[in-house]
Parts: sequence; C-alpha cells; structure tokens
Amino acid sequence: MSSLEFEILATAMMVSAACAMPGAYLVLRQMSMVADAISHTVLLGIVLAFLIVPLYGHPLMVFGASVMGVVTVLGIDLLKRTGLVREDAAIGITFPALFSLGVLLISLLARDAHLDEHMVFQGDLVYSVFQRLELGGRGFGPMTLWKMAGIFLLNGALALRFHRELKIATFDPVLAATLGISPALVHFGLVLMTSVTAVGAFDSVGSILVIGFMVVPPVTARLLTDSLARYLGLSILLGCVSSLGGFWIAWTVNGSVGGSISLVMGAMFVVVLLASPRRGLVADWRRRRRQRVEFAVRMLVIHLFQHRALGQRTEENHAGHLEAHLGWSAEFSRRITELAEARGLIRRVDTHWLGLTSIGQRQAEQSLAG
Amino acid sequence: METFLQFLDDYTLRNVLLGTAWIGVVSGSLGTFAFLRRQSLLGDVISHATLPGVVLAFLAWQRREIGVLMVGAAGTGLLATALIQVVDTRTNIKRDGAMGVALAVFFGVGVLLLSMIQNLPTASQAGLDKFIFGQAAALVQSDVIVLLVVGGAVLVALLLLWRELKIVTFDPDFARTAGFRVTILEGGIVTLIVVTIVIGLQTVGVILMSAMLIAPAAAARQWTDRLSIMVLVAALVGGASGAAGAVVSAFGPQIPTGPVVVLVLTALVLVSLFLGYKRGLVWHWRRQRRSRKLADPDTVLGALGALESAHAGTVRGHPKAVVRMAVGQSAQVGQALAVLREAGLADEHDGDWSLTERGRSEAERLGRDSGG
Repeated sequence: MSSLEFEILATAMMVSAACAMPGAYLVLRQMSMVADAISHTVLLGIVLAFLIVPLYGHPLMVFGASVMGVVTVLGIDLLKRTGLVREDAAIGITFPALFSLGVLLISLLARDAHLDEHMVFQGDLVYSVFQRLELGGRGFGPMTLWKMAGIFLLNGALALRFHRELKIATFDPVLAATLGISPALVHFGLVLMTSVTAVGAFDSVGSILVIGFMVVPPVTARLLTDSLARYLGLSILLGCVSSLGGFWIAWTVNGSVGGSISLVMGAMFVVVLLASPRRGLVADWRRRRRQRVEFAVRMLVIHLFQHRALGQRTEENHAGHLEAHLGWSAEFSRRITELAEARGLIRRVDTHWLGLTSIGQRQAEQSLAG
Repeated sequence: METFLQFLDDYTLRNVLLGTAWIGVVSGSLGTFAFLRRQSLLGDVISHATLPGVVLAFLAWQRREIGVLMVGAAGTGLLATALIQVVDTRTNIKRDGAMGVALAVFFGVGVLLLSMIQNLPTASQAGLDKFIFGQAAALVQSDVIVLLVVGGAVLVALLLLWRELKIVTFDPDFARTAGFRVTILEGGIVTLIVVTIVIGLQTVGVILMSAMLIAPAAAARQWTDRLSIMVLVAALVGGASGAAGAVVSAFGPQIPTGPVVVLVLTALVLVSLFLGYKRGLVWHWRRQRRSRKLADPDTVLGALGALESAHAGTVRGHPKAVVRMAVGQSAQVGQALAVLREAGLADEHDGDWSLTERGRSEAERLGRDSGG
C-alpha cells in the first residue's frame, strides 16, 4: 500500500470515527432526520462565510456552518411551535429553503470561486488528501486527516466529560431538569457538535453522505446491544470497519470512496438486520413462529377443557374436526396435536378422539385462571 | 411587454415553464396526502433513494430518456420505502433512524455508481449527475410530453381512488373495519408519491424534490379544513411556484430553477402561516389580543358579585383596577362595566363600582348556572 493510499484510508477511518460520536446520540434522541437537515444547511453557512472571507478552509467557515446548524434547529422548532405544521413537515420545509438559498448564492455570487455545489453533495476523499498541512516548510500529511482527528478528539472529550449529562438528558429529560441539567443546553450542544463535524467532513465525503457516516453505524450497533457503552464503542468500530471495506471496494472498482463506504455500511446494516441474535428479522420470525405454536397448543388444551363435559366422543373432541372449530389447516392441526401429545398434555381415545391428561387439565385451569 | 411576449415564445422557456408548472401541480396534489399522513420526510428519503435507480437504468439500457430512467428511479425509491417499513415495524429502531439509513445508503450507492460510469467510454452518461440538482433548462419537448402523460395518470388515479385515499388518510382504523384493503391502499399512496417524485427529478433534482411535495400542502393547509379544497390550493401553489421559478431562472443562465422554485414556495408557506384564514398567526394574535382586551360583561358581573359577597357590608364599592384584577390577566373591563351600567346591573359612585339590586340577583343566577 502506497503512502497516498494509506493516507486516504486513515482519513476515511478518522471521518467515520469522528461522525460516530454525535451520530450515536442523534439516533438515540430520534434526531436522525434533523442530522440530515443540518448536513444540508451547513452549505449556507459555508457560503455566507465564504462571501465574507473568500478563503477556502478559513475558520470562519466552521463558525458559519455551526451557526447555521443552530439556526436550522431553531427554525424547525419555531415552525413546530406555531402548532400549524407537525415536526416532519417543519423539517421538510426548513432545510430545503436554507439549502436553496445556499445553492442560489453560490450560483450568483461565488461561481468563479473554488466552491461549487457538486463538492457539497459528493466531496472527494482522494482529492482531499492533496491538501497538505505544512508547518515551517515541513510537510505533516493531509490537512483533512488532522482536521478530522481534531474533531474526533474534541467530540470524544466532550462525550466523556458530559457523559452523564448526555445520558440523563437523552433517556430522562424530566430527571435531567430536576438534577439541574438543562435539556435544551444538551440539545444545542449536540447540534453544535453535529454541525462542526458535518462541516469538517464536508470536503472529504460531502454533506449528504456524512449523514450515512453519522447514522448507519449507530443504527446497526443498536440492533446488536442494549448497553450504552458498548453501543458507543460499536458505532465507532463499525464505522472504521466500513471505511476499511469501502476503501478496498473503491480501489477495486475505481469509484467514489465515500460512496463505497456507504455501500459497505448499508451491507453491514442489512446483514445485522437479518441475523442479529435477538433483534434480527430471522430471530424475530422464528420467535413469532414459536409463539404461534405455543399459543396453538394452549388453545387446543383450553378447547378440550371447555368441552370435557360433553363426554369423550363428541364432534368437538374429534381430531379431524379441529380445523373447523379452531380455524386451523389440517397440517397445522396435525402438528399441534402431535406436539401436545408428545408433551403429555393430551391423550388419544380410540385414535380419533382427544382427551386431556391430568397435566393438560391443570394447565388449562391455570391458563383460564391467569 | 413586447420582450416579455418574445420571451414566452421562446421554445426552451415554453418547455421549462410548462414542465415545472405541471410538476408543481402534480406534486402539490399528491403532497397533500404525504403531509396529512405525516410522511413529509418520506419524500426526502425517496427522492435521494432514486439516484442509484437512475444510474442503474442507464447502465441497463444505455439510454437516458426520461421514461427509461423513471423506471429505475421508481424501483429503488420503492425499495427504500419497503426497507423503512420493515425496519420500523419489526425492530427496535425508530422510524427516523430507518429513514436516515435508507436515505444515506441508497444515495451513497448512487454516488458510487455515478463515479463508476464517469469512467465509461460512452459520452452519453454526461448529465446524469444533473439529477442531483436538476436542470430545468435541459427539458425538451419529448420530456414534457412524458411529464404530462405520467403526471396526468397520477392525477387520474388520485381522482378514481379519492374516497379510499381520503378514508385511509384520516381514519385508517375505521377504514380497516369498514373492509377497505388498507395495506394495499397505503402502498398505493406511496407508489403514487414515488411516481410524483420521479417525474420532478430531472427538473428540480433529488435534494429539493421533497420540498415540492410538502411545501404546497403546508401552505394550503392554512387556508382550509376541506381535503378537496386543500388539494386544489396545493396544486395551485405548486403550479404557480413552478412557473415563477421557470420565469425567474430564464433571466440568467446561472440561476438554477430548483432553488428558485423552493424559495418561492417557502415565501408562500410563510405568508400562509401568518395570514391563513382563521388558522394563521395573525388571526391567532388578534384573537388573543381581543380576548385580553375586552372582558366579557358576564365575567365582569360575576367578578363584581364575588367581590361584593367577599366584602359584604364592609365597603360600598370597588375601583375599576380591583375589578380588573378580579377578572384576571390584563383584561380591559371599562367597556363591559359600561354595558352593565347601561343594563342597570351595576353603578358607579366616586370611581367605585357596585352592583344594583337587579345586578346582584343576576350575578347569583350566573353563579348558580355555572356552578350548578
């Protein structure tokens, strides 16, 4: 691996690690689509900053983008509070408006500058490493790598320092307020963190793919664990692993690195969605099937119990008539009867009629009492 | 004026004007349902998710006619919707997380595919990335015809299914018990929304198409409580904004159509939020101020009665300021007191207000009625 390839890979992993921290809390706080809104509107902040100081990469851009993140969230909140539109529509109206303003300003005022909207949607990891950090005539590697490392450390430090506040304000805002933690402060702190991270990742992955870096690894991690610490760690880990895999794909097919990483993140999500031991679709499907069978056995026992007074050879107790009485298919009736028999809950009387054993009788009484 | 007419005669502008206005009409009508069903952000996800479909359709057929690309776009748009539905109903992941994942992953794959075909030898892929921001100026007559036909089909479907869509939108539980196939109808609405988004992609772009869907409905909602009128107003708002965007962007090649349309829409939404008939903020403020300003005579009568029974025999009357405090807030009681005096229920001596004999019995009756 050449040093250039290594630098690109390192930058990609740093971007995903830096994005995971605000992303994990955004997902927990059900703000994924707010992150989407912020990642679009930072464009306007960047453009406005650019119009004041036409220098790409100027700190004012970070400032402008952060302010715009807060403005976006305030705008959404204000619209929601009029009571005239709901939250989803408030988000759906606010960010396209601010984004449109950004695109329009670029088109009208900053066409000749190093700024165009394509960069914003795509970014380019390969291109971004060509901007080098140089100090006193010596090269220190790609600028973006250092920038994202700085943002990662900042996010990490903030998350550790305010671990308790974030946790309580996220899971129990009322408790947070009584403990003197301002939920609003935590909320806007997180919004600021998101905006700074989004603008930092802007030239490497672009402002739309950044939402994938923020949201997909945490959502995947959420399917795997219920422990907050493990969830946060897994979010970072999954992001880094996706970057590794995505980088390899991009190199193989000669395509966009950011896009490839999104693809790997998506693939990982689908695999976990299907196969997660407790939360996966397969586990869910098996649980549902098992519950259906358990319920059916119980139904059969109760059915026989209810009709025990009719004597042992009535139509209701006939093995061949369960389909009609319980609405089951013939195959299903056979399976359930066999299962109940194997468990010693029912017994056969002259092969065709069914009766309860004493265990079955007790279970039916318990079911009806419970 | 003459230049303006020449302007309208222009072939490109005519196509762009007709195309964008029509997209506005269709997306306004369909968006009403997305808005009312709280699916405003679903449009955003779907439109981003169409990108890989557009590129795949191009790769499969090596053509870039709008009709061909629409098939692919609708395919991945629907796939993303299905993914959200499954994750939302079958896992512990909340709907917003599911939407974020679908949006980002589909769009990312689209970006990857786009970057790959840019390395292909064929030159015809040029312009596919226009789908991201849209390029209204590229609309040619055949495109407009496709838009008119497909959009028309969507509107016809809307009219044919009107009763069903209405009941599923407002009361899905009732619809289910009444024997409607709710799941199929909901799938039908989503499909219509996907098709609507798809016809707007080339002109408005994947990022801004969701606003075309939601903003007209949000504006229309402020003017009426009736679904049929809301759909008409939303179609009108969408169509007018689309036309305005086309005309404004015709003034300079560097003015992008999509953002202009969205900004016009946003302005209309804001105006509606403030002025909307009876619902708007201005109406709300005026109601609030009026209710604060003019206290109701009955309320003042009751307050005076309460004051007199609390201070029975100790004072002859109460100054206006005291009455105002008894009524509460910063209500203006002067006019109400004048009404009471006119009716012979209250009287004033040296700035102190007291009830007349009739006023007292009236206040007692009021107290009984409300307390009773």
